[in-house]
Amino acid sequence: MLAIMKRELLSYFTSPLGYVFVAVYYLFSGLFLFLFTLSYQSANMETVYTGMFFVMMIMIPILTMRLMAEENRQKTDQLLLTSPVSLPRLVIGKFLSAFAILLVCTLIFLVYGLVLSGFATVNWAIILGNIFGMLLIGSVFIASGLFISTLTENQMISAVGSIGLNIAFILIDSFAAVMPAKFLQELFSSLSFFAKYSQFTLGVFSLSNIFFFLSVIFIFIFLTVRVLEKRRWA
Amino acid sequence: MIEVKNLTKQYGSKLAVNNISFSVKEGEILGFLGPNGAGKSTTMNMLTGYISSTSGTATINGIDVLEDPIAAKMHIGYLPEKPPVYGDMTVMEYLRFVYSLKKSKMPRESHLAEICELVKITEVRKRLIRNLSKGYQQRVGFAQALVGNPNVLILDEPTVGLDPKQIIEIRTLIKKLGKNHTVILSSHILPEIQAVCDRIVVISSGSIVANDSTDALAKNMSADHKLVVRTEGSSDDVKKLLSSIPGMDRVYVNREAEPGVYEYYLEATQGKDLRREISKKLSSRNYPILMMKSNELSLEEIFLKLTTGDNYGGVDK
Ligand SMILES: Nc1ncnc2c1ncn2[C@@H]1O[C@H](COP(=O)(O)OP(=O)(O)OP(=O)(O)O)[C@@H](O)[C@H]1O
Ligand SMILES: [Mg+2]
Repeated sequence: MLAIMKRELLSYFTSPLGYVFVAVYYLFSGLFLFLFTLSYQSANMETVYTGMFFVMMIMIPILTMRLMAEENRQKTDQLLLTSPVSLPRLVIGKFLSAFAILLVCTLIFLVYGLVLSGFATVNWAIILGNIFGMLLIGSVFIASGLFISTLTENQMISAVGSIGLNIAFILIDSFAAVMPAKFLQELFSSLSFFAKYSQFTLGVFSLSNIFFFLSVIFIFIFLTVRVLEKRRWA
Repeated sequence: MIEVKNLTKQYGSKLAVNNISFSVKEGEILGFLGPNGAGKSTTMNMLTGYISSTSGTATINGIDVLEDPIAAKMHIGYLPEKPPVYGDMTVMEYLRFVYSLKKSKMPRESHLAEICELVKITEVRKRLIRNLSKGYQQRVGFAQALVGNPNVLILDEPTVGLDPKQIIEIRTLIKKLGKNHTVILSSHILPEIQAVCDRIVVISSGSIVANDSTDALAKNMSADHKLVVRTEGSSDDVKKLLSSIPGMDRVYVNREAEPGVYEYYLEATQGKDLRREISKKLSSRNYPILMMKSNELSLEEIFLKLTTGDNYGGVDK
């Protein structure tokens, strides 16, 4: 598991992908911070966190697109799948490699907090809560991207497919609005990724939301393992 | 030890491997021979747990590959058809990665250095695999199979893409490894199998058509009772003379090999050795025998015979 994570990280940083990803993340988050917070002389980062949801939604598929697709294309999956490594460990190793990069990215918000504390009082609990929230939603996107990547040999299809899936997560809200029956509306609203994430940005730290996202991550990792398992039976 | 029982793989309606059974003993090198699309790679992928079988079982050192894949995989070194190497790693980075995947307990650096020496990649070990030639990538793939010193080696066309000198070196290496490993080696090149393997399994369209020791296969197929003889003298006369020998089924004048010397194909009743009669008969008329040899088939001919469906009796099915 650690070996697989290490190999993926090595691979992220022997190509420009890893550096570019981190740089673009810092660029967007810094830009949002400047536009939505600093320029208003405020320490309220709510809009920044909301913006990061969409940045991650589009960017993380680019991080995860090659995770399994490239193995499928180069047939290196033959090495992994004939090694004495269980499938869950293999998948979790892959997941952790992308998560490590996300972590490096997200921790920049500690720096932003320090910057803000220079001229305003910042609520560190809210910053830490949002770092946690961003890691959580980021992990959801990593898990969904990893799942899509397993289904194809083509990195482009993998990226586009994952972005599509992530957009579908957002559209849950719109579906809720047009549902004919009240209970369906409620059902869809209760599944809304964006509404749940928004609570973090408002400083609400709800256990049920955390549990919801953790379940989604678990489901996608489980599905990824199932796909790899099922491929053998094709 | 490898044991395969009634192994079958079906892709949709396509039967890629059809109910094959064979076993490989400890320290034996088995050649897995068959034309393109015969099902060699499919079988190897089932043995190594990469794909599952539709039915039947494969056991490695007594462990069922489907029941306890992790334990079975601990014993296997696998070189797939396309070497599973990562272009963005250096050779050493890659081998260290494989080392940790295989959970090897051997002292890492010395073990890997030894493998690099064996497959002669020491001088490229710091280079990116992507920049290596195909032959070198193939060797890195071979090195990968040796990491952790597994006692079962499954090698799918290990010499593809190598130059003739390397082919000989790799064959020598496989022979050496065969002394204390159980090896299955696939190929569609006969001389290769003949040079390296103790036993040959011939597979064609997913079924085993022969399974015998290399020597026995050649012998079985090459009918001792078929002879080629060259002798001086009138062909009509010699033909009549040879035909009169009891047990001689067929005499066929092939060609005039030298002026006045004809070549005959003789076929005796199966299992009959008529060499002495022939010699006596010819010398009684003062026809000198200039050549006599059994009409042994080369492995190539056997192979073609087996895989084109022209089956020969006496071959283990
Ligand atoms: N994933 C797959 N889906 C459908 N058919 C397949 C698949 N893999 C292999 N086959 C078919 O199974 C048969 C056996 O293929 P296999 O690759 O085992 O042959 P092979 O003996 O290794 O041939 P070669 O010498 O060309 O490597 C072929 O007819 C092939 O088309
Ligand atoms: Mg093959």
